[in-house]
Amino acid sequence: MPVKDPHIIIQPEDTDKVYTTLNLGPTHPATHGIFQNILTMDGEIIIDAEQTVGYIHRAFEKIAEHRPYYQIKPLTDRMNYCSSPINNMGWDMTVEKLLGIKTNKKIDYMRIIIMELARITDHLICNSVIGVDSGALTGFTYVFQEREAIYEIYEEMCGARLTTNMGRIGGFERDFSAIAIKKLRELLKRLPDVLREFEKLLMRNRIFMDRTINVGGISAERALNYGFTGPNLRAAGVDYDVRVMNPYSSYNDFDFVIPVGTNGDTYDRFCVREEEMWQSIRLIENALENMPEGNYHVDVPGIFLPPKEDVYSKMEALIYHFKIVMGEIGVPPGEVYHAVEGGNGELGFYLVSDGGRKPYRLHFRRPCFIYYQAFPEMIRGSVLSDAILTMSSMNVIAGELDA
Amino acid sequence: MDNRSDILVTLKERFGPDIISTDISGDMPSAIVSSKSLYDVIKFLKDAPETGYQFLTDLCGIHYPESELPLGIIYHLHNLRENRQIRIKAFVPLSKPEIETVTPLFNAANWMERETYDFYGIIFTGHPNLKRILNVEYLDFFPMRKEYPLEDPTREDKDNRFFGR
Repeated sequence: MPVKDPHIIIQPEDTDKVYTTLNLGPTHPATHGIFQNILTMDGEIIIDAEQTVGYIHRAFEKIAEHRPYYQIKPLTDRMNYCSSPINNMGWDMTVEKLLGIKTNKKIDYMRIIIMELARITDHLICNSVIGVDSGALTGFTYVFQEREAIYEIYEEMCGARLTTNMGRIGGFERDFSAIAIKKLRELLKRLPDVLREFEKLLMRNRIFMDRTINVGGISAERALNYGFTGPNLRAAGVDYDVRVMNPYSSYNDFDFVIPVGTNGDTYDRFCVREEEMWQSIRLIENALENMPEGNYHVDVPGIFLPPKEDVYSKMEALIYHFKIVMGEIGVPPGEVYHAVEGGNGELGFYLVSDGGRKPYRLHFRRPCFIYYQAFPEMIRGSVLSDAILTMSSMNVIAGELDA
Repeated sequence: MDNRSDILVTLKERFGPDIISTDISGDMPSAIVSSKSLYDVIKFLKDAPETGYQFLTDLCGIHYPESELPLGIIYHLHNLRENRQIRIKAFVPLSKPEIETVTPLFNAANWMERETYDFYGIIFTGHPNLKRILNVEYLDFFPMRKEYPLEDPTREDKDNRFFGR
């Protein structure tokens, strides 16, 4: 089958005018990931754009149909790798919902702490990269120290940093260690000052405001039609947050504010993310203070790996260990859709089980795959440097885009 | 909060035999509709004042090779005002895997339908730009269908010592 030339796509109607075709990507420093934008330019004004995605497609949905349930979690790590713990917890909760497992408050609060930490790393990267793309590298270098501190906390909790594979179906593999709690408390003491300093650099900075206000705006109606979720939708003025509307993991125990913007432009998206980080700090503090007593995993033999010392001494534990590791335990037939509020939107898992040891069908609702469609509409008529800012403020993560 | 099954009763009254079956046992009400009435059902759910499912959460395909109508398309719709969700399914035959696009109603459906076409070969009639999105354009099969194995089990070019099996 012949390959069509992918570069010539737009036929300008006005033949007197000469338009330039500009390839932004696939490996362009400003795209922050592997995806291509083919722009039709009139001078510096963008006339039209078309995106090409799929450069790092890894067939996660096909692989997931051939893996036992606990082996799917490493795949979810690699979607939105800026906040992989949220993906991990989302997958755990999806399977628990299908199995009908009710987790105790301790597990829920531990999950909230981890998910909000992940949200902070995600927003820190996105917001500081907006700064970088508008020419302010300083903030980026400051906040990356705190991202490193959060990754060290992950390391204390699960041993990994970026692709965490944290938690288990039915709880956690271990309780938070004393060092993890100590590092967490140190971070909570330090982070407000860092955030304030970061905001001082950009929030009321004249150059930054001129570069971002009324750039890449979208109305609430269009945003809903395009399937926007997360901070991008809230910046347009719709207060839809999965944590509030369909609370999971005991989010309804906590009091927090959902920030909304008005214009849906780059500046609003920046501000919404900033405020969400403050709310996340509040949530983590509350969860840490009110951490209930309890076990860090649910008592579900056959789903949760037994402790290693039991495996060596007890027959039953050995059998369950073997069955779990070999993936011999099925889940009941059924279908379930579970969504969590990911770093950049509603991360949904649609799971269909036929009762076997692996999913019959697993579909990931990847938020940025859906809202990145709106990019041409958002940048049409603006200049190239604004398009780059719009793209970085949309928080498009290539790993999630392509799954 | 209304009864969960109210919307399914409304659908049955409105569309009659086009609603093939309904189910309220799962996490959200779901209905299987005939493929020819799918667009009308989705349009009714989106636009009618008594329904108001204005947000398309998800759209994906599924393949049941044993079934008479093996290819399925699954829509998740969300009423953000009243926080109600619904799952709509439609099934099409392998010989004529065609269904009407919902892109006039939801811009979000554009890429999701392209993805479904890419992986299952379901043709969305009236779609503005129905071509592959994640796979290469010259791929001549639909990889998420069940008959395609994850990896060719007979391949011999891999040295198993390096793959731990």
